[in-house]
Amino acid sequence: MTHVGWLKLAIFPACLVPLARLFWKGATANLGANPIEAITHSTGDWTLIFLLVTLAITPLRKLTGQLWLIGLRRMIGLFAFFYGCLHFLTFIWLDQGFDVHSMIKDVYKRPFITLGFTAFVLLVPLAVTSTRKMIQRLGGRRWQWLHRLIYVSATAAIVHFTWAMKKDIHRPIEYGIVLGVLLGYRLVVWATSAVAAKQKRTAVTAGVPAD
Amino acid sequence: MLIKKTADIPSSQITPKRAYLSRRTFMAGAAAAGASLLAGRRLLEMASPAQVAHAGAKLSTVKGPFGTDEKLTPYKDVTTYNNFYEFSTDKDGPAQLAKDFRTRPWQVKVEGLVQKPRTFDIDDILKLAPLEERVYRHRCVEGWSMVIPWVGYPLSKLLKQVDLLGKAKYVEFTTILDPKQMPGQRARILDWPYVEGLRLDEAMHPLAILCVGLYGEALPNQDGAPVRIVLPWKYGFKSAKSIVKIRLVEQQPINTWNQAAPGEYGFYSNVNPDVDHPRWSQKTERRIDGSGFFASIKKIPTRPFNGYGDQVALLYAGMDLRKYF
Repeated sequence: MTHVGWLKLAIFPACLVPLARLFWKGATANLGANPIEAITHSTGDWTLIFLLVTLAITPLRKLTGQLWLIGLRRMIGLFAFFYGCLHFLTFIWLDQGFDVHSMIKDVYKRPFITLGFTAFVLLVPLAVTSTRKMIQRLGGRRWQWLHRLIYVSATAAIVHFTWAMKKDIHRPIEYGIVLGVLLGYRLVVWATSAVAAKQKRTAVTAGVPAD
Repeated sequence: MLIKKTADIPSSQITPKRAYLSRRTFMAGAAAAGASLLAGRRLLEMASPAQVAHAGAKLSTVKGPFGTDEKLTPYKDVTTYNNFYEFSTDKDGPAQLAKDFRTRPWQVKVEGLVQKPRTFDIDDILKLAPLEERVYRHRCVEGWSMVIPWVGYPLSKLLKQVDLLGKAKYVEFTTILDPKQMPGQRARILDWPYVEGLRLDEAMHPLAILCVGLYGEALPNQDGAPVRIVLPWKYGFKSAKSIVKIRLVEQQPINTWNQAAPGEYGFYSNVNPDVDHPRWSQKTERRIDGSGFFASIKKIPTRPFNGYGDQVALLYAGMDLRKYF
């Protein structure tokens, strides 16, 4: 096995620790006075953390030159989706008790739920197309465009987090700053490469001798 | 009523070794980038769970009116799940951070439109009237509720001590301002000190109590020691904690949450299932009563005035409660 393979083998169970801990605390009645709220917050928190870690991999790879890092991205991204599913399930089952009527009203009436729902739904096509086969089928370029939906999803998730707070928004702001840096990095890379490409084009045009 | 829980740390709260080890692996894997920083801090928080703070001194009480036979919220939940932003915005924060909060000496100034302004010592307050046990429902604006055996007596008994002037129409309550002791006050999350207000007739209503204890003991610090008010027909935030000043005034006072978000929290803030919070529904509530995880999935319907309509609805006769929410 490659060293990425070994690393993945180690990271996989680590990614399950937050869930295991919830089960552990649930089984020992240690989730506090409002266990459902505790589960909602924890799964939501970890969804965001995994989204941000996923988004950190490309900048990290480019900055450090450690190309193998990309090998971790799919797994971490799928964990973001996994915790997103748990968060969503907590909402529809534990919080709303599968009361479809009230849920539809909530999604329609309450922007913070609408945004959370949007953030989650946007992750679905990414999870579905995360296999090697799907990458080939879509073609690298199209696949990459599709997977930029994660930028929208992560942004929606952070606004959802902010609007869910009563007053103290220091936490969503911290997450937002991290997201801002990660997306800002991409913007800078994109802008500089665009400028470089333009300069190259100009240089090439200028270099062609007139007849 | 003497129910006391010990403050031991169950073995279940000790993080298993496995969790430490995989935490390290995780940290190594995700190192760098702020993302892992957030993850790491979340993990650190996991390792330091809240503990039950000390229970207070025993109080002798007589049974008060307006009781309910609903299941009481366990003492542990009443004392570890607190909204007390002066200490922390995390529910389990106040239990820890209020542990060393000094509640003696403590004085409450009663002033404003009164004939005999007076400063009461907390020990005088405790002796002003017979302490009653009042078992009230407590509905938080966030959508959860408890049933708590408070200890106190009608607020009116205190107000009658100072001879109100005819001009007095409202009562303003101010919580202590002490950022040295209250870490939450060092951040401008709200405009400190916390201020709440009532119309005079609301304050004089027999349901409104000046509260000095719960579960037959002096108030735990995280629940608003040494003295607070309890207004069971209003959302919990109206029941100001750790009060140092009560002022009789002519104009409607500005209450802190209303000032922070006028569209979300009104002056009256009566429990009302028909007026939703702009961001969440108020139709139902999750009762915290120690019935276990699966029982807590089912929410119960929220009642107008938190079920105290028979007692207080008249105070608001003819008022548009959608406008005066």
